[in-house]
Amino acid sequence: MIDTAPNLTLVVVAGALAAVGVYLLLERSLTRVLLGVIFLSNAVNVVFLVAGGRAGGAPIIGSTDEDAMSDPLPQAMVLTAIVITLGMTAFLLALAYRSWQLNHHDEVQDDLEDRRVAARAAADLAAYESDDDETRTLEQEAADVHDETGAPVGAPPEPDAAPGSRRVESAEGGDVR
Amino acid sequence: MNGLSLTDLTWAVPLPVVLPLAAAGLALALWRNARAQGLISVVALTLSLVTSVLLLAAADDGPLVLDVGSWAAPVGINLVADRLSTLMLTVSSAVTLCVLVYSLAQGIADKNAETPVAIFHPTYLVLSAGVANAFLTGDLFNLFVGFEMLLAASYVLITLGGTGERVRAGTIYVVVSLLSSVLFLLAIALVYAATGTVNMAQLSYRLAEIDPGVSLVLQLMLLLAFGIKAAVFPLFAWLPDSYPTAPAPVTAVFAGLLTKVGVYAMIRTQTLLFPDGRADTLLMWVALVTMLVGILGAVAQNDVKRMISFTLVSHIGYMVFGIALSSDAGLAASVFYVAHHITVQTTLFLVVGLMERRGGSTSLDALGGLARLAPLLAVMFFLPAMNLAGIPPLSGFLGKAGLVQAGVADGSPLAYTLVAGGVVTSLLTLYAIVKAWNKAFWQPAPEEAPDVRLPRGMVGSAAALVVAGASLTLVAGPLYDYTTRAAETLRDPQQYVTAVLPGGRGEGRSADVTEDARRSGETGVVEEGADLEDGGEP
Repeated sequence: MIDTAPNLTLVVVAGALAAVGVYLLLERSLTRVLLGVIFLSNAVNVVFLVAGGRAGGAPIIGSTDEDAMSDPLPQAMVLTAIVITLGMTAFLLALAYRSWQLNHHDEVQDDLEDRRVAARAAADLAAYESDDDETRTLEQEAADVHDETGAPVGAPPEPDAAPGSRRVESAEGGDVR
Repeated sequence: MNGLSLTDLTWAVPLPVVLPLAAAGLALALWRNARAQGLISVVALTLSLVTSVLLLAAADDGPLVLDVGSWAAPVGINLVADRLSTLMLTVSSAVTLCVLVYSLAQGIADKNAETPVAIFHPTYLVLSAGVANAFLTGDLFNLFVGFEMLLAASYVLITLGGTGERVRAGTIYVVVSLLSSVLFLLAIALVYAATGTVNMAQLSYRLAEIDPGVSLVLQLMLLLAFGIKAAVFPLFAWLPDSYPTAPAPVTAVFAGLLTKVGVYAMIRTQTLLFPDGRADTLLMWVALVTMLVGILGAVAQNDVKRMISFTLVSHIGYMVFGIALSSDAGLAASVFYVAHHITVQTTLFLVVGLMERRGGSTSLDALGGLARLAPLLAVMFFLPAMNLAGIPPLSGFLGKAGLVQAGVADGSPLAYTLVAGGVVTSLLTLYAIVKAWNKAFWQPAPEEAPDVRLPRGMVGSAAALVVAGASLTLVAGPLYDYTTRAAETLRDPQQYVTAVLPGGRGEGRSADVTEDARRSGETGVVEEGADLEDGGEP
């Protein structure tokens, strides 16, 4: 039967590919993320080869002795995975290009609405804390409060450049509870 | 095959996958003719809904198993239509059909829509084929292919039109989904390395034979991959970030189906492959935190779409709770809850799409006075919203009551904690919903709403789903019995194994075996790979 002991070289290669892939995936630029995805999926493809056991002859009855055949199933799966990765890579490339067209960079951006929610929470906290601090006014407190983007929450949020369907309300118009 | 009465329908098992896929090709070829595209899509999805209902009835007598291309299991790929998968299939087909009608009406209403309709229909059909494939497959790798089909389609749908906001949201969605796909693929590779098979029936007993430590690692890896898709607690952040920007029908069908496919995969693997329940404690904690964090997120939101995206995350926790209980009652309640939640969550997103159209915004600060402007819309929001919060006698209450009962029957302190968490989540859902209701429908309108009429088709299809969601209460008895039977089947993997594997079905080779076919049957795996590519490419 097929020798199923893992091939150390392949295992090391898969590990190295995965490490590079994870590192690139954590980058903010979409092109690097794309490279990371390619590395990661190739790491998995190599793991499939490891799973298939020792290489052997073509798995065709009559041409190879049954004991000397390589396991064709992982190869079939790798083939499928490669095809799928190809499609996804093409899509991610298109996405990165579109992002560059729109923003002149391909970095993954923050969610504006998410920032607004965080800014509201920070403003609420400032109002709450200022109750037991008589020496400073609410405005002074609010000016010191920063949200996770580092911008002071008192400043009006940057206008929404995207022609999205949601309407942008100014911070003053927002209902601060 | 097993039983003469079923042989009639076994051929119909692949139809919910094949029909939409063929229709997708046809619709793409007819890209110039939007009307023909719409017609093809409606016909294909109606046919697959009819097939699903027939299969639902047939599968109650025992699973229908079809060997694709007549390559017998475990070498060939097989499609298995058992109670759980046909129930999921029926609910999802009904929902996709309703959303399709809604999107058709929307497309007719906005002549100059930024949605390129020529791409929309084929992609939507591929999505529904992928969902059906994921529900029906009896092969772990084919499940991956089903996931990839629906994900590839969803990437296109979420970035439709390529506006800045959608590209931003799509980027996050695509990258997270790709990561989960890679993890899933890695898990499959390791499963194959450990057991030498990817056939789920065969895995069911082979995984029990391997080293328990290895099997636990495989279980956790699969849970991680499915957890990202299902959006459970530490892995859910992509969902409220990306869903709200897509067009209303797209978000609706995503919310209804995609996360539930993840939940389905969890149910399937937890019951069939890893029935010893070693991850149950972990799943309980995950369920608890998912429920609470999700609903607290919903309470903090100021945008209706984002709010219901967070409730979606939160209510996934209920389903995971049912799975984690590892009991017939828990699983039955969980399956019932999935059916209820697909309907209700889709309806809510569609209705919010209508609110956005009528009120001109989804922000709760900009909306107002809708109760006077559009009373019908108010009713259509109120019913599914109350259903989601679990107000009796709506189906949400029945599902939650079932889960609470199952949790109490379990009796462990953790289960009681989860019961309490579930009740608190339900109350907080009510709070979030009431907040949205007060602002969007009751507060005086802060600004003049645009003077638009809602297209009849959009209102009609959303109303149909509202009625469907409400009438789940009427059929709750038979439905709950069905899910109970489904849970009993699931909890006894032997039934599945017997139905799929040669032991239960004669030789394990197709009936018309000739010498040539038998010989190539032994190397049939190559053929299997070719099958997969066909399914994977769209």
